[in-house]
Amino acid sequence: MICMGRTFRKDWDATHTTMFHQIEGLVIDETTSMADLKSVLTAALKAYFEVDDVKLRFRPHHFPFTEPSAEVDVGCDRSGGTLKIGTGDDWLEILGCGMVHPNVLRNCGIDPEKYQGYAFGMGIDRLAMLKYGMPDLRDLFANDTRWLKHYGFSPFLLPGLAQGVG
Amino acid sequence: MKFTLSWLKEHLATDASIDAIVETMTMTGLEVEGVENAGEKLGAFTVARIISAAKHPNADKLQVCQVETKLGNLEIVCGAPNARAGLVTAFAPIGTYIPGSGITLEPKPVRGVVSNGMLCSGAELELDTDADGILELDPELKVGTPLAEALGLNDPVIDIEVTPNRPDWLGVAGIARDLAAAGVGKQTTKPVLPVPGRYPSPQKVATEDTHACPMFAGRFIRGVKNGPSPVWLQQRLRAIGQKPITALVDITNLITHDRARPLHVYDAAKLNGVVRARMGKEGESFKALNGNVYNVTPAMCVIADDERVLGLGGVIGGEYSGVSETTTDILVECAYFDTTITHQTGRALTLTTDAQYRFARGVDSGFVVPGLELATRMILDLCGGEPSEIMVAGDLPPPPKAIFFDPDRVRQLAGIDVKPTRVRAVLKDLGFETSAEGQGSKRIIVEPPTWRRDVEGGADLVEEVARIEGFDKLPNNEPPRANGFRAPPASVGESRTRLARRAAASLGYNEAITWSFCSRAQAEAFGGGGEDMLVANPIASELDCMRPTALPHLLAAAQKNADRGFDDARLFEAGPAYANTNDGGQQRTLAAVWRARPSRHWRAAPQPDIFDAKRDVLMILEAIGAPVASLQTFSDAPAHWRPGRTGALKLGPKVIAYYGEIHPRTLKAIGVEAPALAFEIFLDALPAPRAKGARAKSPLEKLDLQPLTRDFAFIVDDKVTAQDVVRAAIGADKALITDVNLFDVYRGERKQAGKKSLAIEVTLQPKEKTLTDAEIEAASAKIVSAVMKATGGMLRG
Repeated sequence: MICMGRTFRKDWDATHTTMFHQIEGLVIDETTSMADLKSVLTAALKAYFEVDDVKLRFRPHHFPFTEPSAEVDVGCDRSGGTLKIGTGDDWLEILGCGMVHPNVLRNCGIDPEKYQGYAFGMGIDRLAMLKYGMPDLRDLFANDTRWLKHYGFSPFLLPGLAQGVG
Repeated sequence: MKFTLSWLKEHLATDASIDAIVETMTMTGLEVEGVENAGEKLGAFTVARIISAAKHPNADKLQVCQVETKLGNLEIVCGAPNARAGLVTAFAPIGTYIPGSGITLEPKPVRGVVSNGMLCSGAELELDTDADGILELDPELKVGTPLAEALGLNDPVIDIEVTPNRPDWLGVAGIARDLAAAGVGKQTTKPVLPVPGRYPSPQKVATEDTHACPMFAGRFIRGVKNGPSPVWLQQRLRAIGQKPITALVDITNLITHDRARPLHVYDAAKLNGVVRARMGKEGESFKALNGNVYNVTPAMCVIADDERVLGLGGVIGGEYSGVSETTTDILVECAYFDTTITHQTGRALTLTTDAQYRFARGVDSGFVVPGLELATRMILDLCGGEPSEIMVAGDLPPPPKAIFFDPDRVRQLAGIDVKPTRVRAVLKDLGFETSAEGQGSKRIIVEPPTWRRDVEGGADLVEEVARIEGFDKLPNNEPPRANGFRAPPASVGESRTRLARRAAASLGYNEAITWSFCSRAQAEAFGGGGEDMLVANPIASELDCMRPTALPHLLAAAQKNADRGFDDARLFEAGPAYANTNDGGQQRTLAAVWRARPSRHWRAAPQPDIFDAKRDVLMILEAIGAPVASLQTFSDAPAHWRPGRTGALKLGPKVIAYYGEIHPRTLKAIGVEAPALAFEIFLDALPAPRAKGARAKSPLEKLDLQPLTRDFAFIVDDKVTAQDVVRAAIGADKALITDVNLFDVYRGERKQAGKKSLAIEVTLQPKEKTLTDAEIEAASAKIVSAVMKATGGMLRG
């Protein structure tokens, strides 16, 4: 299951806006493990960033609705005031994920002794910012026509497995 | 949470480098915010001793000092009033950059006397804000000692962000435990040895609310001598940003950060009767140690004696009963407070203290009496005194429940193969007790330690093992790839939005994303702003209401672009509009504005108008498969649209789109200067596409016979719309008439007042044979009579 949409929070700075867009994914079956989660996210992020050797780091974290939980960092280079993905020794957090907490399954009427699975969520605004080297998240919502024309895509360029997301 | 490397090493025997330690912390779930080495910027500064100080010959406020430095004896001019013979202080040689003043020292004479360096104040070194005098250091220090070392600042300070599930990480000992389990070293935290009491306590303690305060332990210590704490303790607290106060207070602060165990010390001379934990009463207040007066409510747990509220349990102590340098007898409190009540009290008073932060997350229920013993030991060591027996009121909560755990869950859930013996070893290192369930069972019984109340089930144990083993050990499985989709991956609403977005973009509009919130004033200007649409916790007053439409934001964005000198904006947004809080109150819309620069092209119209907006709306509707031919046009629209220059497209009673000009009054209300065209399409108002299976198209009917056209002009009342005429004509003979188009509107001098002439072209498509003149005449007569009947008009002569 995958879904996306507008999400809201009370935060405001160069990397946090009060409204942003989130993609969330969920898999529940009898065998899906954290290793599958890591593998799927690794493949998806490599495809997204279009960098073969993009460095990713799964780091233990705490979220109330997953157990175990992890945050994923992407390797980057922040020298010179710009941000580059795929090189460098720095890390930047890009998403949170984990194995769905047994209490969540139980509250949905699913037997956690039998079923298990993973969930993840990431902000596509922040991911876009990283991929295209945009310095300020707030620019995505400023609607400056110069910016829109510069970062915009052709309406006829459809995303797909063959040509990526453009 | 901050601590220094040397502090950590009191709990952890390790040779690992700071980098390795930080890396292990990160990879076991301790998020390191930063490592700061305050000593680095003090590299050039050393300890020096003033041999003599004499008045400057040419300045009243300056002294000329002979100073013993690591460069030998030097003459230095100093303006500090405390510069005197024998003072040990901080010295900066020529060429040093002084961080507090931003200057680099040059060998230049000060009022005629050359100063060979500088003696520095705390402010000049950015250690504190004290600019009144130079540093007064321990007189035992050797001249030439690096200043960072003398101040205990050559110790990296590690700053971590602790997740709310791990209150045990709010003490250095707890961090050492996880690092030892992860293989960085061996935990060396010393066991707490009880201090025998010498007499029954003369000061009674009690808890009157065992929910808010399950346990209250106290100890009386008489004959203490309070004063500044020793240098090592002051340095340790300073390094993590804590201000040393007096030995007694510093000891409690140290234990708070060392063992995540807050304590409180009362001046026993100020106490009257039993010191008890109880719920507050309406009207009570007290002055806290931070100088603020707090009003207590019945939802807060207070510590009180017979006369007054002494403090807020687990949050902050009161000024009245606080210890001072003259205190001789004390009561040491070590209690266990409820997490929720402490959390809510902190929130209600917007007060976060080191104690409140820890109690709100949960302290170790197994460390109440040991914490008191540890504090006693330190107090006796640093302040002397004679301890009473420990008094304990209330009971501890039961320990966390044991978990029956199959070690194979680690493989099943995390996907890492870990041997059962290793699973048990990891859990043991983290303080869990494990034992075999018994014969024939793979399961083990795991008892979480009292500081791990977050651990409730098997998944928690899997996480413990997985994070200590390392998430880098998770194998990389080939992700499954779906073979196409069985169901459409996008819903009707999503695909419609996607198509509408592409259609608008291909018409030359730029896609904008604007906030789902707006100001209440903006919302009201566009027919929204109801009480139920206000945001409970807005980030700013201009974003305090859910928007009824995206139009105000798009208009504002167009205005902003014009202000920058880009006055030709075509913007659209495919996003939600919020009408009310009911189901369906949130609608998918596509809103657009077109603020055009007047065209200078010789063949173009100077400005686009309502018909351009209508054309774009229809093109987008066409692109998303809306039944465009069935739409009806009306001229009524909500008050933010300009009357007479606005249209509405409806399908039955449902409004599909509004288009035209925004009302000048509305534009003024939101601060937009120039008129703008706009439209708003309500994507969810369109009918659902036909069900699957009915999608196959009927065969194409290619007719051999040519269509023919006939023109008609009708004189109708002004209020009759072209649509009325067209619809009447098309309905005159549904089998024969395939198309009707308006081609002329005429309001000439010969017509009567209040009338107009509408001219239409009707297309007739014969199906079986060429039409005869008589048949065409009959069809024409039907058209004329249908139009006259529907509109009350007449054929133009």
